[in-house]
Amino acid sequence: MRTVRFDRRDHYRHKVFPSPFHARQQAHNELKVWSRWFDYLSVPAYTCAQMEYFAGRNACGVFDLTPMTKHRVSGPDALPYLNRLLTRDVGKIRPGRVGYSVWCTDEGQVIDDGTVFHLREGEYRICSQEHQIDWFLISALGFDVEVVEETHDVAALALQGPTSCATLKRMGLDGIENLTPFGLAHFDFQGTQLMVSRTGYTGDLGYELWIDPGHAEPLWNRLFEAGRLLGIKPMGSEALDLLRIEAGFILAGVDFMPAQQTVRPTHTRTPFELGLGWLVDFDKPVFNGRRALLAARERGPRYRLVRLDIEGNKPAHHSYVYSTRNKNIGWVTSAMWSPSAKANIALATVAAPHGEPGEEMRIEIYYQRELKWSRMMASARVVEGAFYDPPRRRETPPLDH
Amino acid sequence: MTDHDARIIVIGAGHNGLVCAAYLARAGHEVTVLEAAAEPGGAAVTREFAPGFRVPACAHLLYLLDDGIRKELALDKHGLRMARSGLVSIGLDPDGGHVRIAGASVGGVADADQEAMQAHHRRMRRFAHIIGRLHNRQPPRLGTTDRRDLASLARLALDIRTLGRTEMREFLRIAGINIYDVLQERFENPVLKGALSLDAVLGTFLGPRSNNSVFCALHRLSGGGDYALPAGGMGAVTAALASAAREAGAEIRTGSPVARILVDHDRVSGVELDDGEWLPAAKVVSSADPRATLHGLLGARHLEAGFAHRVGNIRMRGCAAKVHLALDGMPEFTGLDAAGAGERLLIAPSLEYVERAFNHAKYGEHSAAPVAEMTLPSLHDDSLAPAGQHVLSAVVQWAPRNLKQGWADARAAFLDTVIDTMARYAPGIREQILHAELLTPEDIERQFRITGGHWHHGELSLDQFLMMRPVPGAGQYATPVPGLWLCGAGSHPGGGVMGSAGRNAARAIVGSNRE
Ligand SMILES: Cc1cc2nc3c(=O)[nH]c(=O)nc-3n(C[C@H](O)[C@H](O)[C@H](O)COP(=O)(O)OP(=O)(O)OC[C@H]3O[C@@H](n4cnc5c(N)ncnc54)[C@H](O)[C@@H]3O)c2cc1C
Repeated sequence: MRTVRFDRRDHYRHKVFPSPFHARQQAHNELKVWSRWFDYLSVPAYTCAQMEYFAGRNACGVFDLTPMTKHRVSGPDALPYLNRLLTRDVGKIRPGRVGYSVWCTDEGQVIDDGTVFHLREGEYRICSQEHQIDWFLISALGFDVEVVEETHDVAALALQGPTSCATLKRMGLDGIENLTPFGLAHFDFQGTQLMVSRTGYTGDLGYELWIDPGHAEPLWNRLFEAGRLLGIKPMGSEALDLLRIEAGFILAGVDFMPAQQTVRPTHTRTPFELGLGWLVDFDKPVFNGRRALLAARERGPRYRLVRLDIEGNKPAHHSYVYSTRNKNIGWVTSAMWSPSAKANIALATVAAPHGEPGEEMRIEIYYQRELKWSRMMASARVVEGAFYDPPRRRETPPLDH
Repeated sequence: MTDHDARIIVIGAGHNGLVCAAYLARAGHEVTVLEAAAEPGGAAVTREFAPGFRVPACAHLLYLLDDGIRKELALDKHGLRMARSGLVSIGLDPDGGHVRIAGASVGGVADADQEAMQAHHRRMRRFAHIIGRLHNRQPPRLGTTDRRDLASLARLALDIRTLGRTEMREFLRIAGINIYDVLQERFENPVLKGALSLDAVLGTFLGPRSNNSVFCALHRLSGGGDYALPAGGMGAVTAALASAAREAGAEIRTGSPVARILVDHDRVSGVELDDGEWLPAAKVVSSADPRATLHGLLGARHLEAGFAHRVGNIRMRGCAAKVHLALDGMPEFTGLDAAGAGERLLIAPSLEYVERAFNHAKYGEHSAAPVAEMTLPSLHDDSLAPAGQHVLSAVVQWAPRNLKQGWADARAAFLDTVIDTMARYAPGIREQILHAELLTPEDIERQFRITGGHWHHGELSLDQFLMMRPVPGAGQYATPVPGLWLCGAGSHPGGGVMGSAGRNAARAIVGSNRE
C-alpha cells in the first residue's frame, strides 16, 4: 500500500512515512518500538533481536527493505554513465545480474557503496545506503540518461536464511531454485511484476523481493503463508546488523564515513582503505576518482579496515585497538559475539601499515556488570574473509534445508 | 617522437590563441592554429558592418596589452601602431556639465573632488599594480608544498605587506567590496562617481553595489590605465599577432571549426573538424572558453563528475552588447567640443543611474536607461569610414544573454532605447545614422563562439580568480585530461586584450615538457 502520495502538495507534512508493509509490521511488532530509517518507520526488533537473528540463520527472516535508497538509471547512455560513476566495470554485469560497487568523489574517497541491478538490457537499479540523487544527477551531465530516485515507488523485502528458497518455491515461484547468487528474475504476482534477486546483507542463502507498493501487503501475506511451516519470522534491523557483521559486510556511516558528509579530510576513505580495492577497475579510461586513486595506489593506504577475531566473549564495542607494542593504532567500528562462528568478532579501522592478515593486536574492551565498568585487554588477530560463510550461500539449486 | 607527438594544436585564433601559438612556435614546437571564423582575431577584430564603415566588432579600447608580449613578439614591427593613446575618459552629463578624467587629474568638478581623485587614483594604481604583478605568473596552487607555489604565494603576501600598514589594511578592506561604497566615501560629484563606477562594472554581471566591483575596477587599471585606439581598429592587434605567430613558424588555418577534441584512453589524441577531418596531436591548447572547451568540445563524460560540475557552474552570463553606428558626419554632444568627442565617452551620469540600469539584468530584462562606453575611432583613423563620415562604437549594458522575452523580439526596441539614450547627449545623432548594428551577447555567443557572450569568458571575480580561474583543478592551464590545456580569457588572469593567459599557458606547456 502506498502510504504517502508524493504528487500531493502537502506530502512534506509527513515527517516520516509508514512503509507500505506498515500494517503487517504493526501486527507483528510486539515490542511496539519503532525506529527511523531515513524517510521511513522501521522496526528495530519485533519480539527479540536474538530470536530474529536465529531465524535468519536457521530458518528464514523477513526484513522490510523499502527505506533503502533506490534509483533507476535508464536511457541510451546508462552503461557509460554507470561506468563513469562507479569504480568497477559495469559492462561485466550482464542483464539479469547484480553487482556490488562503491562510488567515489573526484578525490577518490568513497561516497557510498551499493548494489547495481541490471534489470533488463540498458536498465539499472542502484540501491545505496545514503541519499545519492544529487550526486547521481550531477554525474549525469553530458550523458543521455534518465536518473530518478524510486525509493518510494518500490516496496522491498529481504527474505534471508536456509529455508528462504523453499519458502519461495511454496509461494509458487517456479524455477527460483535455479537462480544463482547475484542473479535476478521476474515473476508474475497477482497481475503485477515481482522481481526477485538472490542477494542480501546476511552472507547466507537469501533473496530480495521487489514489487510495487500497491502489492506490498498481499506479498507479505503470501510469503508468511508459504513460510509458515518453514519457521518464517519478521526480522528487525538489530538482527540484520548482527547478520551483516558476521558476514563481514561494512555499513556506511558506521564502518566508514561517506565522503560527502565528512568535514575532516583524514576521515574519508579510499576503496583500498576499506579493503575494496578489487572493485576498482583502472582499465576503464575515466571514472570518478580514477586519477586520485591511481596516485593513492602509488602512495599506499593510510588506513585499513580489518576483520578481527578477538579472544574471550565480551563484545569489543567502541574499543581502541593497540599494536602488540601497545601503540594506539585504531578503533573498532562494529562488534559482536557471533553465535554462528562461535567467536568474538569485530570490524575495525587501523592505521597502515598495520592490518596485514594474521597480524596480532590488542583490544581495550570496556564492559559493564550491574552498573560497574570494567576494562580488559584482549588479544586479537586479523582474519580474512567472512566470519561465517555457510556453503548454502553459493549452492544452486540450494538444498531444501 | 613521431610527428604528431611534436605537434601542438591551438583551438582559436583569438589574441590569446595567437600569443600562445607564437610562444610555442618560438620554443620549437610545430603549431597549428585552428580558427572557426574566416579571419583570425576572435573578439579582437575589425569588421565592415556597413559598406565603407569598419569597427572593432567586440573589444574597441586597448588598455591591458602586456608590454612584454608587445616587445618580445615585436608587434610594432608586425605593423601594430596606435592611432591614438592616452584617451581621456569623459563622464557625460545630459546638461553639459561633463567631467574629464585623465589619470589622477579630473576636470569639471569641485576642488575637494579633485584632491580626492589624486589620493583615490594613487591608491587604486598601487593596488592594481599588485594584481597586475600576478598577470604574468602561473597562479600558485593552494595546499601544495611545491616550491614555486609557495614562492608565488609568498610574493603575493609580500606585495601586500610592503604597502605598509595603513594601505595594506585599506587594500584588504576594499578588494572584495563594492565600488558604490568606496566612491560614496570619497567623492561628491555624481557624474564623476557614475563614470568611475562604470569602470568597475563594464563586462560584468555586477552593479556598483555588488561586491567584487572594486576588484573589477582594479583589474581594469592593472595595465596602467592608458586607453588607446590601435590604428585599423582592434583587429590590428591580432593581425600583428598572427603575423608574429606565422613568422615564428605557426600555421594558422581559418575557416576550420573544431567539432571535437579526441581522447584515447584518457589522453588527448587530436581534434576532429566540423568537416570530419581528424588531426592527430598529443597536445591541444584551447582558447575557446572553458565551458565550450570542456563540456562542448571534450564532453563532460570524459571528465570526473565533480570537476565537470564546477565547469558547469562557472558564472558566465554575458551582459555587454555592442552598438555600431555609421554616421553621416560628426555627432555633436551638448557642451563638448569636437576634440572631446574623440575621447572615451561614458554614459553613466550617477551611481544611482548605473545601479538602476543594472537592476533590470537581475530580472532578465535589459536596461530601460542603459550605460555606455563610446568611442568614435574614425576621428583618429580615417581607414574606418569614408571621408566626412564616422563610426561610433559603443559597449552598452545591461543586455543579459538570457533575456526573459528572448532577443528576437527585443532587439529593435533595445537598439531604439540605446539610440534614444545617446540622443540625450547628442540630440542630432539619430538623424545622422546611416546604418546601425546591435550585437547582443547572444549574437556575440554565436559569432565569436563565446559561451554567454561573456567579455571575460567567465565572470572576473575573486572566487574565479588566480588558482580558482576558471575552476580549481584547471587553474594552471592544464586540465585534468593529460594533453589538454586552456589558454583563453577564461583562464588566469582573465579577459581583455592582454595576452597574458596565452603566454602563461605557453610557458606552462613548455615547462611541462622539461619535467
Ligand atoms: C562586448 C565586448 C566588448 C569588449 N570590449 C573590450 C575592450 O574594449 N577592451 C578589451 O581589452 N577587451 C574587451 N573585451 C574583452 C575581450 O574582447 C576578450 O576578453 C578577448 O578578446 C578574449 O580573447 P581570447 O583570445 O581569450 O578569446 P576570443 O577572442 O574569444 O578567441 C577565441 C577564439 O576561438 C575561436 N573558437 C572558439 N571555438 C572554436 C572551435 N570550436 N573551433 C575553432 N575555433 C574556435 C573563436 O572563433 C575565437 O576566434 C570585450 C568583450 C566583449 C564581449
